Amino acid sequence: MTYSNKVLDHYENPRNAGSFGQDEEGVATGMVGAPACGDVMKLQIKVGKDGIIEDARFKTYGCGSAIASSSLVTEWVKGKTLDEALTIKNVQIAEELALPPVKIHCSVLAEDAIRAAVADYRKKHGEK
Amino acid sequence: MSVDLSLDYFALFGLPCRFRLDEATLDHAWHTLQTEVHPDRHAHLPDGSDRRNAMAGALRVNEAYTALKKPLTRAQYLLELAGMGSDVINANVMAPEYLFEQLQWREAVEEARGTNDIDALEQLALRLQIQKGGVVEQLAVQLDDQRDLDAAADTVRRMMFLDKLRQDIDNVLAAFDG
Repeated sequence: MTYSNKVLDHYENPRNAGSFGQDEEGVATGMVGAPACGDVMKLQIKVGKDGIIEDARFKTYGCGSAIASSSLVTEWVKGKTLDEALTIKNVQIAEELALPPVKIHCSVLAEDAIRAAVADYRKKHGEK
Repeated sequence: MSVDLSLDYFALFGLPCRFRLDEATLDHAWHTLQTEVHPDRHAHLPDGSDRRNAMAGALRVNEAYTALKKPLTRAQYLLELAGMGSDVINANVMAPEYLFEQLQWREAVEEARGTNDIDALEQLALRLQIQKGGVVEQLAVQLDDQRDLDAAADTVRRMMFLDKLRQDIDNVLAAFDG
């Protein structure tokens, strides 16, 4: 399979790879995994007092498309409110990275990771 | 002889439809059936539907054997027989705690690869094998004794991650050998 240049770029120069400390102020974590391919994805967001996502980190064990999808969403969620972050859809990710049909599930995983991270933040901060 | 393509994989080999399985019995049943349906035995048939049926039978026998031989694929097949769709079996619904644990395993493999620590990798492989043994036993209880399909599906999903982990470790070990 040939990866698109954008996937290769994220794979070779991952944006925001790594982790925040679990106890850091405003940090929430989304963990998702796809049994079928064994991919594991961790997405962390750091939310400021104004409710804006200031920063994000990811750690993904999986194929190039899964790594690129999570790298891309760390860029996209920055500067957004939680509600805005939830509007990011897998089709946008797949389109941006020119993912082939067999790799669409990687973008779904990245969308799920955003949801999981936002849900974790709301759970920790008692928001509905 | 021709293979009845309507039989499920267990019935094909004359085995009871359950997770616990005697591998030697499966191997024996497979060898017997494979000899009977081997395409060479049908080479004398004229081109046409008889020969195609014989070929389909031989394929079916191998497909069935491959599915039943490994505990993971056998469990998946039992769930499918019980009417569970593969989209349900493969759903992305793992508990975060389990995924954290998987992430830690992968990090440990990555670290051992980075430091060329073969001992650490072999220890990881050993721990993984022990954990997998426990998971197989759990599947037997859930599928055969409790008939708890949802719980079994969750265990199957866990096992899929363990399989992937095993592949990762094997790949790293193979790279050291090379």
